[in-house]
Amino acid sequence: MGDDFRTCPVTGFKVHLPAEKLIKVNAVTAVVALLVGAIMALLVVLTRWETVHLLRPIDFYKFVTLHGWNMLGFWIIFFEVAVLYFAGAIMLNTRLASPKLGWVAYALMLIGALGTNITVLMNPTKNAIMFTSYVPLKATPGYYLSVILFAVGALLAVFNFLATLYIAKKEKTYRGSLPLVVFGALAAAIIAVSTLLFGAAALVPTLFWSMDIAPTWDALTYRIVFWAFGHPSQQINVAAMVAIWYLLAYLTVGGTTISEKFSRLAFVFYILFINIASAHHLLVDPGVSTAWKIWNTSYAMYLAVLASMMHAFAVPAAIEVAQRKKGFNRGLFEWLWKAPWKNPSFSALILSIIVFGFLGGISGVIQGTEQLNIRFHNTLAIPGHFHGTVAGGTTLAFMGITYYVLPLIFRRELVGKSLAVYQPWLFGIGIALVSIGMQGAGLYGVPRRHADITSFGGSGFAFEYDPTAYLWLAVMGIGGILAFAGAVLFVLIAVATLIKGRRL
Amino acid sequence: MSVTPPQRVWWKEKVPREERLWFSIALAWAIVMFIMMPLWHIYGSQNPSTETYKVEPEEYVTLTQQFIERYKVGEENGVPVVEPPPGSDVYLLGKQFSWEPVIKLKKGETYRLHLSSADVLHGFSVYPMNINFMVIPGYDYVLTITPTEAGEYRVVCNEYCGPGHQLMVGKIIVE
Ligand code: HEM
Ligand SMILES: [Cu+2]
Ligand SMILES: [Cu+2]
Repeated sequence: MGDDFRTCPVTGFKVHLPAEKLIKVNAVTAVVALLVGAIMALLVVLTRWETVHLLRPIDFYKFVTLHGWNMLGFWIIFFEVAVLYFAGAIMLNTRLASPKLGWVAYALMLIGALGTNITVLMNPTKNAIMFTSYVPLKATPGYYLSVILFAVGALLAVFNFLATLYIAKKEKTYRGSLPLVVFGALAAAIIAVSTLLFGAAALVPTLFWSMDIAPTWDALTYRIVFWAFGHPSQQINVAAMVAIWYLLAYLTVGGTTISEKFSRLAFVFYILFINIASAHHLLVDPGVSTAWKIWNTSYAMYLAVLASMMHAFAVPAAIEVAQRKKGFNRGLFEWLWKAPWKNPSFSALILSIIVFGFLGGISGVIQGTEQLNIRFHNTLAIPGHFHGTVAGGTTLAFMGITYYVLPLIFRRELVGKSLAVYQPWLFGIGIALVSIGMQGAGLYGVPRRHADITSFGGSGFAFEYDPTAYLWLAVMGIGGILAFAGAVLFVLIAVATLIKGRRL
Repeated sequence: MSVTPPQRVWWKEKVPREERLWFSIALAWAIVMFIMMPLWHIYGSQNPSTETYKVEPEEYVTLTQQFIERYKVGEENGVPVVEPPPGSDVYLLGKQFSWEPVIKLKKGETYRLHLSSADVLHGFSVYPMNINFMVIPGYDYVLTITPTEAGEYRVVCNEYCGPGHQLMVGKIIVE
């Protein structure tokens, strides 16, 4: 020890330098993925906005596939790895279990991410099969291999985090229980392990099948296994996002949860319940029993939603109590009006809570009921739901924490502070309009992942959707341009800070 | 503090009143939804069908061809048009990148509509009603349907099925 550490002058944390380096690399890679994903988002959204209808079908399918991977896969997960290393090593004042393993994990994830992009860009006819990769649509082995490498890398990173917690416990670098934020990160990590193992169960046989050394497998079985992995994988993002909410509430206004027990139990609920709640993807599938659908989408899902409701109470409460302690006690809401709105991390936090809860959460509960799902399945309303949850909520939270990572980890003073104040609003309002527009169009039956709902590639049966649907698509399109601008502004501020920011 | 270990043993701590109240409200909501789920299924009339049979894709293709030969009344855009008698089994085949056949039904009559695929996943989405079901090779999904309004309906594929996915539109006519 000794040489490998520095003490953070702001937070007092003991910073393990090799861990810090890995945090930097993973965070920078995440931001690059966000930029690539955002450029693809613009191309895709300008195609779905029928008035513009930018891309040819094959290019559209190529960029939808890669937008999904670069955003949901690479932006979010590289960032989460950085969060795990931060929560594990820095917040517990300890060393990262194995920096070497950290680099191996990073290399695998990077090769996987590049491989996915390259295989899809080079051969879209075969490999643009969307991130769900449903069999029996068959991509080339390189595609599946890339995805598996990425997942294996992510799994190693999670193990590294868990080993770090073990070291901290053994070396007693903290007393009593884990800090709440680390507890939340641990919840995310536990869900991640189980999820990634299911991911392997879905994709490894598919790889062998694409190499013609394993038989094809039943299309419905694949869907069941895939969603056993696919849905809980989203709960990793939720748990990580909520952990960041608590961290941001602390950093921006000094708030902390009123009840450690309440907040921690809510994290435990995530672990216990969400892992099995995957039937809402299969509600209109043949061969899945009603009893299972009902049990799975009610019992398991609502108890996980309950956990989110608990956090949705605890985080604003943390902010309110901290603000009232500072004396903002006039009326019901002075604490809110007098909050540090000039701090982009604070507005990102509030927008994240609102977009996640009101646009993502509510739409999810509606779309996930057995009866209503008939009207939503595979319509644009589905991406409308998750552009509220992960694309809006999680992304905003990660953007918010980045404004602290830059000065504290990269030790650079933020460049473009005055622009940064508006950045979360630009992205937040934009992505909210994307979510709302998609949900509106979905109600009219506009399908997701569809290149041409105007002329259907010239099919003789072509028809026109209700004109209102096109209006909703315009809302989505305009929101998409704003969100794109917000994402690019975020990347510009981050990059400018890294290059030109005054060293702290 | 969120970033430092809790001062007290957290699981022994007493949860404050406000939190307990909120938890009770949220839990009550979850329980109501929990009870509603089966009730909606039992008393509601918009349930996904549960009638499914295993079928080899080749076999389903043959069944559809026999069905078309029996009831064919014409052709539209190169796709056969069939007019099956009320009460009969109706076969709709999804394949890259078309729906076969075009189906003519009578208003107020009941049919058993079979859905399956010759190759990969497809999505059965009826416009303008906006009703959506998965079409999965190897599974014969049977929907018992009674059209209540005359008109021309479109069947759009809403599950990505390959580079010609956007071409995949079919038609159901109710007279
Ligand atoms: C920058 C602003 C963004 C815009 C304008 C945008 C827009 C879109 C559009 C138009 C689609 C295609 C919908 C369809 O035709 O099915 C889409 C799909 C998707 N987006 Fe975004 N998006 C943005 C950001 C994000 C972010 C930040 C994430 C994740 C963190 C994300 C995750 C996804 C996923 C997973 C899909 C589904 C791809 C598929 O169906 O395979 N998006 N997005
Ligand atoms: Cu899900
Ligand atoms: Cu299709």
